[in-house]
Amino acid sequence: MFGRFTDPAAGAFSALQNEPIVLYTVSVVLVLGFLLLVAITFLGWWGVLWRNWITTVDHKRIGIMYIVLALVMLVRGFSDAIMMRMHQAMALGGENAGYLLPDHYDQIFTAHGTIMIFFMATPLLFGLFNYVVPLQIGARDVAFPFLNNLGFWITFAGAVLINISLGIGNFGRVGWLAYPPLSELAGSPDTGVDYYLWSLQLSGIATTMGAVNFVATIVKMRAPGMTMMKMPVFCWTTLVSNVLILMIYPVLTVALALLVCDRYLGMHFFTNDGGGNPMTWINYVWIFGHPEVYVLVLPAFGILSEVVPTFSSKRLFGYSSMVGAVLVILVLSFLVWAHHFFTMGGGVAVNTFFSIATMIIAVPTGVKVFNWLFTMYKGRVRLEPPMLWCLGMMFTFVGGGLTGVMLSITPADWQFHNSLFLVAHFHHTIIGGVVFGYLAGLVYWFPKAFGVKLNHKLGVASFWCWFVGFYLAFFPLYILGLMGATRRLQHYMEPSWQPYFIVAMVGAFIIGIGILLTVLQLLLVISYGIRHKGKLPVHENDPWGDARTLEWSISSPPPSYNFARIPTVKTVDAYWAMKVGSNKRKAGSFAKIHMPSNTSAGFWAGILMLILGFALVWHLWWLVIISFIATIAVIIIHSFTGNHDGYYIPATEVQETEDRFAAYLEAEGIKA
Amino acid sequence: MNTTVVKTAHMTGNYSHDGGSSKVFGFWIYILQDLFLFATLFANFAVFSSAYDTGSAGKDFIDLPFVLVETFLLLFSSITYGFAMIQMHRSNLTGVRLWMAITFLLGFAFIAMEVYEFAHLIHEGAAPWTSAYWSAFFVLVATHGIHVTGGLIWMACMFIHLALDGLDAHNNARLTCLSLFWHFLDIIWIGVFTVVYLLGAL
Repeated sequence: MFGRFTDPAAGAFSALQNEPIVLYTVSVVLVLGFLLLVAITFLGWWGVLWRNWITTVDHKRIGIMYIVLALVMLVRGFSDAIMMRMHQAMALGGENAGYLLPDHYDQIFTAHGTIMIFFMATPLLFGLFNYVVPLQIGARDVAFPFLNNLGFWITFAGAVLINISLGIGNFGRVGWLAYPPLSELAGSPDTGVDYYLWSLQLSGIATTMGAVNFVATIVKMRAPGMTMMKMPVFCWTTLVSNVLILMIYPVLTVALALLVCDRYLGMHFFTNDGGGNPMTWINYVWIFGHPEVYVLVLPAFGILSEVVPTFSSKRLFGYSSMVGAVLVILVLSFLVWAHHFFTMGGGVAVNTFFSIATMIIAVPTGVKVFNWLFTMYKGRVRLEPPMLWCLGMMFTFVGGGLTGVMLSITPADWQFHNSLFLVAHFHHTIIGGVVFGYLAGLVYWFPKAFGVKLNHKLGVASFWCWFVGFYLAFFPLYILGLMGATRRLQHYMEPSWQPYFIVAMVGAFIIGIGILLTVLQLLLVISYGIRHKGKLPVHENDPWGDARTLEWSISSPPPSYNFARIPTVKTVDAYWAMKVGSNKRKAGSFAKIHMPSNTSAGFWAGILMLILGFALVWHLWWLVIISFIATIAVIIIHSFTGNHDGYYIPATEVQETEDRFAAYLEAEGIKA
Repeated sequence: MNTTVVKTAHMTGNYSHDGGSSKVFGFWIYILQDLFLFATLFANFAVFSSAYDTGSAGKDFIDLPFVLVETFLLLFSSITYGFAMIQMHRSNLTGVRLWMAITFLLGFAFIAMEVYEFAHLIHEGAAPWTSAYWSAFFVLVATHGIHVTGGLIWMACMFIHLALDGLDAHNNARLTCLSLFWHFLDIIWIGVFTVVYLLGAL
């Protein structure tokens, strides 16, 4: 009846009893959550929340929800990071040095990696896809709006499940890719690895749904005249990134399912006995894991390819070579996975192949960097915050790429393997490439979504905190790695390492200030929203000036139907062509617009899958059966009762909305 | 018919989520990712294809005539589903129901035989937990079986959909997607039959 709750080995509440940090964190989260619920009730926002957000199928609102989820998870993942940095700065000596015991410390680094990749970067990615892609291709929504809503709620379920592990039971102590045999039942008998497996499985299902949706959207729903080679580069990178997802997430799904079979049904895939082979898991997760890195970074390249031309007031240099480079990376990303385990003993031929393939991948990436530099060359570069992030990205990411080439040299890798040099390298590329790139996108498209820009001064300060903080936090790790410090150290005996760990901690705190400044920027906008009682006034369409793509041709924030009339595209940079040409904004004779209807099925399915995941972790088999059947039932019932025909926005309402925007533009003296 | 509806919707810029080409296209993409899932499982089976440990080898248990009957049940069910689709294009609701019912029965018989085979193997001491070989065997074959079961549930729902709305655009798109799914599972089974059973019996 109570599954593993009655099993003392599973330690359902041991963390709450033995770890004061966990107890305080859980208490604070519960109190804040309760206050939030009270506040929503007091303000009477439940109805609005339900109608406009929870059940919405509008890609713009779903995008914003993804980004909010990602930012909350960023704070969670960053808390883990700063705890590790503080601990290692004082962990000189024995097991009791520092303030985290090995058991707790191991859970923290596992949670940090898992959350940052699957529940921070991925939702942020899908938030940007959702908000931007349909607007850039001149569409009114994604191809499958219900699937989009469902995908968000399953991601949400995964994120909640992984956070439940903080208070109830444990999280894995196995690193973010949970290598067996440590992650097998014999090595990890409690609930930690099960939380890992089921929350990732949920995230994987949601990500796959999202990828199906975006490939279909980009292939089928482009505005008339927008051929593939007239798409904005961000859409190209989105397409390739989603194709990669479709090819690699099934591998992760299978790997996770096989480990589940090992742990739950006593099978022998990755065990040391019964003919199993742990290296098979390591191959699977890296066949997934290496292309996943490109899934994350390609859209960041796409963002730079949008932002750099806007703030250089020039056309993107080398559009077709950009597209070509993305496609080459798509292919090469499948040929490098074994460079994550050169030390496996794969033999000279295997290691040489993967070593050379890894070096070659620097070439298309270099092409992109040169294209951005040539775009800026002789351009009028304006150092607005999005452009600062882009410059920071170019400068930092190239360095991270170079240490990657160092790691690709097999004999050298035998020295770097599993050292802090490696940790420094992948943070160099992920923070310098992915995070800086996404933040550039977030700041760039923010005024499109809300009508107002984020505070300029705070944005500049936030950038410099991240930039300086990053170098202080991670360059000492390169040095430590070369000095012999391995990753995931709970304590160390070498006094000469400590100063470097202290510098790294200072760097992490400076990044923390950068995050706080971003939160402050957002709070300013939230207070602006509350002053307008949640109804944001429309603002000009092109707040940065010199923007080139279709999303900047409509009001900020855009109307729910996006485009009153679907534009006809003739060239790359469609909106730029409209501005240069004498294309006047159409003022009248709009037609009624067909839109998809809201549905609550996605929300209920997400909640049921959360219950299903929790029940599976705790072996509550009766609840597993109930929630599994209920999940299927919700989807089937939706196929019968859902409103699949959508509804129409009447032409008069379109007219009113467009008139309001035209009046605003006239009042501000902006040329339409 | 469908395509014309969707083309018009696209040209007037209307958001198209009605039963149409986007839905079928999206389903193709889903099938492609499912193909990668099965590819991984086939690779996994190949990796462990001789990992018997102390357990028995696959060929000691493979009963080819039995599996051949299973194979023909599934192959014929693909043909009968094809007949159902022909009836759909002729807008003959009765014909669709008749051929889909036959497809359902064939699929159900396939699953019944597979369940019997699994029970028999476990009873004989070739269980998923016996060795890595049998783990890989059961996971690959059962994943296909679970997909077929999903297809059967989908068919059951389709009977109700057809009873409620007949052959409207939504149901035609659903039948087309289910058709893709069913033929896809047939192709996967050809792979399973060849790799697991025929090669295994050598």
